[in-house]
Amino acid sequence: MESFVRHTGTALPLRRSNVDTDQIIPAEYLKRITRHGFEDGLFAAWRKDPGFVLNQPHHADVSILVAGPDFGTGSSREHAVWALQNYGFKAVLSSRFADIFRGNSGKGGLLTAQVDQSVIEALWTAIEANPDLEVTVDLEEREVRAGSIVAPIDVDDYVRWRLMEGLDDIGITLAHVDAISTFESNRPSFMPKTA
Amino acid sequence: MGRTLAEKVWESHVVRRFEGEPDLLYIDLHLVHEVTSPQAFDGLRLSGRGVRRTDLTLATEDHNIPTINIDQPIADPISRAQVEALRTNCAEFGVPLYSLGNVEQGIVHVVGPQLGLTQPGMTVVCGDSHTSTHGAFGALAFGIGTSEVEHVLATQTLPLKPFKTMAITVEGDLPTGVTAKDVILAVIAKIGTGGGQGYVLEYRGSAIEALSIEGRMTICNMSIEAGARAGMIAPDDTTFEYLNGRDHAPKEAEWDVAVEYWRTLRTDDDATFDAEVVLDASALSPFVTWGTNPGQGLPLSGSVPSPANAADEGERAAIAHALEYMGLTPGMPLRDIAVDTVFVGSCTNGRIEDLRAVAEVLKGRAVAPSVRMLIVPGSVRVRHQAQEEGLDEIFIAAGAEWREAGCSMCLAMNPDKLAPGERSASTSNRNFEGRQGPGGRTHLVSPAVAAATAVTGHLAAPSDLVSIV
Ligand code: SF4
Repeated sequence: MESFVRHTGTALPLRRSNVDTDQIIPAEYLKRITRHGFEDGLFAAWRKDPGFVLNQPHHADVSILVAGPDFGTGSSREHAVWALQNYGFKAVLSSRFADIFRGNSGKGGLLTAQVDQSVIEALWTAIEANPDLEVTVDLEEREVRAGSIVAPIDVDDYVRWRLMEGLDDIGITLAHVDAISTFESNRPSFMPKTA
Repeated sequence: MGRTLAEKVWESHVVRRFEGEPDLLYIDLHLVHEVTSPQAFDGLRLSGRGVRRTDLTLATEDHNIPTINIDQPIADPISRAQVEALRTNCAEFGVPLYSLGNVEQGIVHVVGPQLGLTQPGMTVVCGDSHTSTHGAFGALAFGIGTSEVEHVLATQTLPLKPFKTMAITVEGDLPTGVTAKDVILAVIAKIGTGGGQGYVLEYRGSAIEALSIEGRMTICNMSIEAGARAGMIAPDDTTFEYLNGRDHAPKEAEWDVAVEYWRTLRTDDDATFDAEVVLDASALSPFVTWGTNPGQGLPLSGSVPSPANAADEGERAAIAHALEYMGLTPGMPLRDIAVDTVFVGSCTNGRIEDLRAVAEVLKGRAVAPSVRMLIVPGSVRVRHQAQEEGLDEIFIAAGAEWREAGCSMCLAMNPDKLAPGERSASTSNRNFEGRQGPGGRTHLVSPAVAAATAVTGHLAAPSDLVSIV
């Protein structure tokens, strides 16, 4: 996995709360068996509307998503993370994320940075006034910066460390394979087996 | 200090604990389906890893498969490719698989419990958010993403940070006609779709204890709609009776050892929860959703809310947006909402007791001519059982379609979809925009309300129907 220390880019103001994973990527796009190509499904229903914010030419090259609270609720589909990444997003800012979405993002290297709703509002206003505004999400310093806005971001310590080091979770776990074997040898014999 | 049920199960599965790192948790059962697994198997292949415990892993086909003509090849080439990828992957990695046509095939969360694979005190995961269903047995069960699927396949463990705990206490007797589905819709409307975020919910109280295992599964299933990753109910005699004799339940001497252990899986009296919510069962009534998230629900006797009465600007916009999508006007009685389709099925309400509740209402009645009604059993075994009980004849005589097992119109990955603008009453768990087909409008309801709605053509409870002598 690529390491993530900080990212600077332009941002998309998505003035919506409760953006569920069915909106991020509808089920009909989940049928691919690879990890790429999901950008066509990103916000597919909303993108049919020419007025949708992502369709505006001045937001063509965005890489940071600034969304309302409860982003990523709904299903466990990691395709939602891939769709955002395939489209070119590196980070999502919201005042609250759904747990599974947040976990999936951490695994895939998409930064989900939790900030105060007041910061989200300030960013929305600033970006709408100037779509070219450069936004920096700095994992090392744990802050977001944009013009005169400087605010702390809330990220889990362990996820931060893994993202900054670009480490693969499975590799980390397999270093403890002896502990897993020991645990297995102590499991009660009444526990079920599938085969 | 005492511990909660969730904490007991968590503690008994810690493989490794290290300051500043997540706990490494052992996984007792890993369920797999075709949608969230192909990229995980691919990852294993790329890194030259195998599946550590094929004997703790089970796959079934459910999300994409058709519910008619299942002896024919799957018509949609992409759906077919996904199902075939699962078959190839399971064969290559040695994972047991129940394919279309097998008597054990069905929705992953219906199959695990009915085989007796879901047991108290276990950790259960699946690349599907409704894995919370299995918490009805006192298991710690939660949905995971595809990277985590790969992690569990390779290591049988997951690095996780402990959840907080929330008690949802429902005391008292449920009024006649009020079901588990109504309880959970009322819970979600109360705490909101984000209210459970970061928590494991433990449902307790006399109303919960009085529920069957299937009702408890309906409740735990929708914990995710309240934002929680898992929901649990302490195991009791109802649980043990359900499990006893099932294919994978412990047998003979092992059964006694297991039950003795399972009886310890209760929240201690002196344990504290991080949060607590209390509901009065006797005040509940049939519940339906009017909006586009599962928290936007009201008693059936209510009316479509008005954005003007919203508490704040954010809520006002959310209500206005939902009403526009749903094509509803404020103040309209919920009972006046006419539907085009009624869907009975899914891992929330696709089990035998749900079908019995529907049959009880449909018996001797007919589905309204303006309504198409789809009844989709959650598994092949549920289908067979319904047929043994003659429920299928009641459904067909009433004018409903009786289908093969699968997820079907719960998420519309197979051909069962709503057309744009079409309105459904659905026993499934999500009323998100387009969930049941692009442009489709969904009202979440209980099986009994679904059946009464099919008869009248608009949202209704069985008590609204003229009685048949
Ligand atoms: S029935 Fe619906 S919610 Fe349940 S597993 Fe299938 S798609 Fe998911």
